Amino acid sequence: MFQVRIHGRGGQGVVSGAEMLSIAAFLQGNYAQAFPSFGSERTGAPVVAFCRIADREIRLREPVMQPDALIIQDPTLLHQVDVFGGLQQDGYVLINTSRSFEALGIGEIATGRRAERLCTVPASELALQHVGRPLPNAALLGGFAALSGMIDLASVAAAVREKFSGKVADGNIAAATAAYDFVQRKMQEAAHVAQAM
Amino acid sequence: MPFQPVKFYQTGTFTVGNRLLEPEVRSVQANMQRTNSLNSGHRACQGCGEALGARYAIDAAMNASNRQLIAANATGCLEVFSTPYPETSWQIPWLHSLFGNTAAVATGIAAAMRAKGRRDVRVIAQGGDGGTTDIGFGCLSGMFERNDDVLYICYDNEAYMNTGVQRSSATPPAARTATTMPVGPEPGNVFGQGKNLPQIAMAHNIPYVATATVADLHDLEYKVKKAIGIRGAKYIHIYVPCPLGWGAASHDTIKLARLVKESGLFPVYEAEHGVVTSVSRIRKRVPVEDYLRLQRRFAHLFGKVPAVATIARIQAMADQNIRKFGLLEEGTHS
Amino acid sequence: MSLKQCEGSRAVAEAVALCRPEVICAYPISPQTHIVEALGEMVKSGELQPCEFINVESEFAAMSVAIGASAAGARAYTATASQGLLFMVEAVYNAAGLGLPIVMTVANRAIGAPINIWNDHSDSMSQRDCGWIQLFAETNQEALDLHIQAFRLGEELSLPVMVCMDGFILTHAYERVDMPTQEQVDAFLPPFVPRQVLDPDEPVSIGAMVGPEAFTEVRYLAHAKQMQALELIPQQAAEFRKIFARDSGGLVRPYRCEDAETIVVALGSVLGTIKDVVDEMRAEGHRIGVLGVVSFRPFPLAAVRDALQAARRVVVLEKSLAVGIGGIVSTDVRMALSGLPLPTRTVIAGLGGRAITKASLHKLLRQAQQDELEQLTFLDLDGKLIERHLLREKQMRRSGPLAENILRDVGVVAARIA
Repeated sequence: MFQVRIHGRGGQGVVSGAEMLSIAAFLQGNYAQAFPSFGSERTGAPVVAFCRIADREIRLREPVMQPDALIIQDPTLLHQVDVFGGLQQDGYVLINTSRSFEALGIGEIATGRRAERLCTVPASELALQHVGRPLPNAALLGGFAALSGMIDLASVAAAVREKFSGKVADGNIAAATAAYDFVQRKMQEAAHVAQAM
Repeated sequence: MPFQPVKFYQTGTFTVGNRLLEPEVRSVQANMQRTNSLNSGHRACQGCGEALGARYAIDAAMNASNRQLIAANATGCLEVFSTPYPETSWQIPWLHSLFGNTAAVATGIAAAMRAKGRRDVRVIAQGGDGGTTDIGFGCLSGMFERNDDVLYICYDNEAYMNTGVQRSSATPPAARTATTMPVGPEPGNVFGQGKNLPQIAMAHNIPYVATATVADLHDLEYKVKKAIGIRGAKYIHIYVPCPLGWGAASHDTIKLARLVKESGLFPVYEAEHGVVTSVSRIRKRVPVEDYLRLQRRFAHLFGKVPAVATIARIQAMADQNIRKFGLLEEGTHS
Repeated sequence: MSLKQCEGSRAVAEAVALCRPEVICAYPISPQTHIVEALGEMVKSGELQPCEFINVESEFAAMSVAIGASAAGARAYTATASQGLLFMVEAVYNAAGLGLPIVMTVANRAIGAPINIWNDHSDSMSQRDCGWIQLFAETNQEALDLHIQAFRLGEELSLPVMVCMDGFILTHAYERVDMPTQEQVDAFLPPFVPRQVLDPDEPVSIGAMVGPEAFTEVRYLAHAKQMQALELIPQQAAEFRKIFARDSGGLVRPYRCEDAETIVVALGSVLGTIKDVVDEMRAEGHRIGVLGVVSFRPFPLAAVRDALQAARRVVVLEKSLAVGIGGIVSTDVRMALSGLPLPTRTVIAGLGGRAITKASLHKLLRQAQQDELEQLTFLDLDGKLIERHLLREKQMRRSGPLAENILRDVGVVAARIA
């Protein structure tokens, strides 16, 4: 079972992000379970949502406490909430920012972790560019597809179409594609650097 | 051949007055085909205004709906005296659910009829003043606000009679009840702003609001028939004296209903979409004292030292109604 | 049928729509709102018709509208939770007393004060004696299936049915469901033929007063009908299986109970987590199983006894608390086991949305295996908080509002994951 935890703020589409992730996984033949942390849904308040992906029925109903992957929609949470709590040592981390882990002041997180599983992507900017609103969730799923390979970009696009329609869906898919490409490029660069070293 | 005395009741089964009228303007009660929707044999007290009002109203509604009528009934005297298990006086489909939900139950019935395409079936909700102005007020206001296709009829006898004459928000100032004794310096209900439900109904801008009394059969039937013909939420507030609760003589029920109107204490009018459209004029104005004196609930006003100031305040209420509704003016009778 | 990944509320709404309800009453309360919202959309779009969608002014009105609609022969549905269920209680009892087969979803949520929007079973449990049938869903698949069964069961018996599903944990969870076709539902659920109906052509009086001369008989019949439901529920589950090709409903559901020394009894979605723990403990050699109770009312005394009698101990894990005595489900389980030398322990867990984790269950059930559990245990109870508050009350008379004090002691919660 693969467990994902998404952190963000109310209004950023944290819950829809987890739901779309579960749809994408389902479309690829997996069992998936997405659920919110059921906290306050006020705009701006810290929100957590979860997604589990497995090849058999998921019965477990506890919150995801040892995630295999973290998607952080809002980097301002990094120093407010224990977002990295319980993260598996070989876990994936995708942060919505144009800055690096070091620049965010969380360089120590990378210590002892697999560098190719840690990535940042300016998802809000990509969303602003393609959707017209800084809603980063779909773009982050595109980035997550590239980072983890747990889902593919086509499934992300199909999941976006289940949640949105028309122009909004098109824009979100474009943002997801751009994020996918961005993350893939970044990972290739990182692989180069690693090889060169 | 023995002598058969003829009595001239103003209302009743086949009154002489009706027989003198053209058939189409005769009252439903005077009709051989009247449905007796609330049939004889029920257990209301002698002289019960509510029983009379309900029979008039429901028979008129049956007549107007071509007998396609369903009624929801609040807990209260009307419910208890009409349906002690296993007997029922109702000749119509009738449902009693609770005290405070009758308007909502009727909404449900109306919704079912709409879902089933039965536009011919008309729905009535009915209750006393407690079930209407107090505990059932939330559901009633909801029904008004949604403009549900229901005629709500309140039989107002100005207190909770079924439980032993406790005050309701429809109890008038100075009226003595079992629960007004401990409140305020005087024995009766306190003077307040009152809870005038016909006016509150009008504030919802529903298609039709009317008041009536059991003293004017023709007027009451006319209003029920009119309401049945209108789609949307309707409210009729019928003034029904309670001999037991008011300490009045059983034979004074109609008289009290006439006096309350003729004094101006209970304005009889119609309103459509929040605007008064007709008013029943006072024919022969009487002082409120004439009305009050017939009831023991007001007896404390007429002791050795009459409560002149209190009576004056009640008179002022009547005078205000007369001014507000133009109850004495010419040319406003429906 | 079609497999889809959707929210539990959406799945239930679609299943309810397939049952062709004619009147739906809606009043917003979390976590039930998504269900009626989805139904409202379906009514608006014409997908669900003929159907009247009534926005009422309170839950009391919601149940009252459903009462009127059902008495007039319409298939009626509503949904609520928590305070909403309490607010409609008078009408809830009335619907059962009148024998009106209304179906209602209860998206289980705690009852205040302190106000709490999260899941537990206090709301449904408060209505265990109201005369409704109460079915508890373990998954979203079962929640949607139980609604289809509820309409048929209720209409056959002329009794209202509550389908209880865990608020948020199920209602807001996206998971895979197999959505039946209209043909399948139509084959399972015949049109509603009421035993009593408000019909101008055949007038009857419904809801007359009954005095001491017959009230006991009327109440006895209500009980007898629930006893009939004990027969009907397994039959309908079998028929459901024939048409929909899956197991849903029934009275109880044992899991790995054969040869089990310890059997956990529970209701609702927590059964999934318990099953995972049971599998893990079985792998370590523990003889442990779990019994899910689907039908809480009627309570299947015989089925529960059958499933548990070979065990050495029983642990009832329940998301509700009968203040002043302890468990609610466990009282019924003990009655099912009366006469058997079978120690039964009560565990109160998951109140107000407290997560029931595998880690806590492992610890708890290992204690149970060692016969170390008290008669009544509160899972993951923070003893320090309680001590601190009791001390505060001892030290000063005006110790202040309890909830605020406790929260201050807990500290920042926004930074927590679970």
